[in-house]
Amino acid sequence: MTQNISPHRAETILLDHGSGGLASQELISSLFLKHLGNKVLSALEDSAVMDNQPGRLAFTTDSYVVDPIFFPGGDIGTLAVHGTINDLAMRGARPLCLSLGLILEEGLPLVDLERIIISIRDASQNSGVPIVTGDTKVVPRGKADKIFINTSGIGLVADGVEISATRAQAGDKIILSGSMGDHGITIMTRRAGIALAGDLRSDSMALHALVQRLLAGLPPGSVHTLRDPTRGGVATTLCEIAGSSGLMIEIEESRIPVRTEVRAACEILGLDPLYLANEGKCLALVAPEVAEQALALMQACPEGAEAAIIGTVTSGGRSSSIHGASDTRPSLTGDPGRVTLKTTIGGTRVITPLHGAPLPRIC
Amino acid sequence: MKYVDEFRDPELTTQLLHELTAATTKPFRVMEVCGTHTMAIFRSGLRAMLPPAIELISGPGCPVCVTSASHIDAFLQMAELPGTHLAVFGDLFRVPGSNGATLAHARARGAKIDVVYSPMDGLELARQNPAEQVIFPGIGFETTTPGIAATILAARQQNIDNFMVFSTHKTMLPPLMALLGDPALGIDGLLCPGHVSSIIGAAAYQPLAEENHLACVVGGFEPTDILQALILMARQISEGRAEVKNAYTRAVTWEGNPRARSMVDTIFEPVDMEWRGLGIIGGSGLAIRKEFAGFDAQSRLSITVPESKEPPGCLCGQILKGITTPPTCPLFGRRCTPSSPIGPCMVSSEGTCSAWFTYGNHTR
Repeated sequence: MTQNISPHRAETILLDHGSGGLASQELISSLFLKHLGNKVLSALEDSAVMDNQPGRLAFTTDSYVVDPIFFPGGDIGTLAVHGTINDLAMRGARPLCLSLGLILEEGLPLVDLERIIISIRDASQNSGVPIVTGDTKVVPRGKADKIFINTSGIGLVADGVEISATRAQAGDKIILSGSMGDHGITIMTRRAGIALAGDLRSDSMALHALVQRLLAGLPPGSVHTLRDPTRGGVATTLCEIAGSSGLMIEIEESRIPVRTEVRAACEILGLDPLYLANEGKCLALVAPEVAEQALALMQACPEGAEAAIIGTVTSGGRSSSIHGASDTRPSLTGDPGRVTLKTTIGGTRVITPLHGAPLPRIC
Repeated sequence: MKYVDEFRDPELTTQLLHELTAATTKPFRVMEVCGTHTMAIFRSGLRAMLPPAIELISGPGCPVCVTSASHIDAFLQMAELPGTHLAVFGDLFRVPGSNGATLAHARARGAKIDVVYSPMDGLELARQNPAEQVIFPGIGFETTTPGIAATILAARQQNIDNFMVFSTHKTMLPPLMALLGDPALGIDGLLCPGHVSSIIGAAAYQPLAEENHLACVVGGFEPTDILQALILMARQISEGRAEVKNAYTRAVTWEGNPRARSMVDTIFEPVDMEWRGLGIIGGSGLAIRKEFAGFDAQSRLSITVPESKEPPGCLCGQILKGITTPPTCPLFGRRCTPSSPIGPCMVSSEGTCSAWFTYGNHTR
């Protein structure tokens, strides 16, 4: 008599939970609506209907498959909320609402699922961006890794706000909203089971409030580009911006904030923090005359307290080798689309996009 | 960050560069043996700051790069045997074997392969999976070998019999003797590898200095370490001296680490070894001794190492010998990039081609 045993009382996710039947409904009401319920979501209609608002729509989607699912500073749930909000914010949009799609592996402990749903609730409430529609599927054990999440988001872009990588201009100052590499190194060391001294934590957080303050506090049109340097890190993101805009970017190593713990872990593992993922940072390219003001605005927000101007966009054009013609050493040319780094000791090197996953060296 | 920032101090760097320029009275060629040196010189931007009279040649000191295609083929064979589980260092994962296949490909096809950060992680994997044969492909020089030896000793002490090592371990001096004996290479000075030297000691380079008239200086890996080593080298070369000097005294002693060497001697014995690009060099490898045959994957699993076939057109061999530089290779930056490497020097972050591609001007 299986009907006497509520599948929800089981300790783990069963295939029944994705059947669409009674067990699914019980999971929805006793877990999802309990934590995430709001007027639109709780109506349990086939789609969410939202009131019309002035402005252009921004629409984005992202999937989250991080392993481990829990880590210091967040979990897969916080990432799924913050990541999609940040993708909207990077176009200058004010996020309105999110969808939440869950793919659960049979056998996922319910206590883990509830912990993730509570994280999603907290991240959504703290950001003021509700979950308005959702879906859950369960796949047999081994067909997925514990939990995969997809979130899509809709936001509104106010008139006059035009933010894109193609709008970067020569002379723009590049501001990084805080320390780099925290998320990437936290995940890598956790995944490898490496215990390092110090407090390594993911920087998972939503940046839309910071972006809105920046846009409200600066003259219209002075913020040209916003990007969140997630996978591939600051290096790859800057290469993408340089590529899209056809301009050169010069950054200074000594100005880039990196926490001591992160630097130490990178030194040990042979990794470059420029290539590590961030989940709560943005790169802002702003007109030079508002750079200091933009920096102050960012630093006044908790999300941007450690913001720093790390470099400049230039038009390039210095196309000759910095060495003599017969020199076999690598040359650093001023080609469009090129990113260069002034190193701590005063040298210069080219920054290339990430190739393959970052791998630790052997010795 | 303590012990790092003071060795990357911009003012000290400028001062040392002036000293180096003053000490460099004639052009000279330096072989930096170690891949970590190659990478550090590029990454710090030092390469472009050195006096033009100093020519840097990368040597055969990147452990992944000198692993022969045949050994990669052997690792692939083991990965595909039923019941095996490979624990590998991360940068071995993408190294192509004779037909271009990698351990990454093998894993995608279903082989059990985990990236580990230490051989001890491999031993732990064996403990947790008693039904599997956990194999650690042993690569690297004197720096990594003591850790492998310690792991085998731990496996014996803990009676873990499903842990094995496939040794392709190498020693640094035989290839250097072989390479630098060739006067055509025209090397004047050797920037000796800091980590290897912490085990073998600075004294180990004495025969190289004497027999080949080379200014040998052991150097650390921070910019000011490297500059200090080059200053000691430039002074010797200017004065016609060829001696062994140690510019990395905070890690390296004259005698090295006899305890680590003795642990390696307990487990391993010298054997002829194939090096990528350099061929078989007598006595340059380490095989597991008969007393520890239970931990030797090659004998326990009867693995036959096939003959190496190098990828056509790849110049890794010549690059490892210091005969040529990456941009002269027709594959470099075109068909061979860090995302789809053809030769091993493009795979490891410490490989010469990877360093040139990542930090140099790679558009051709």
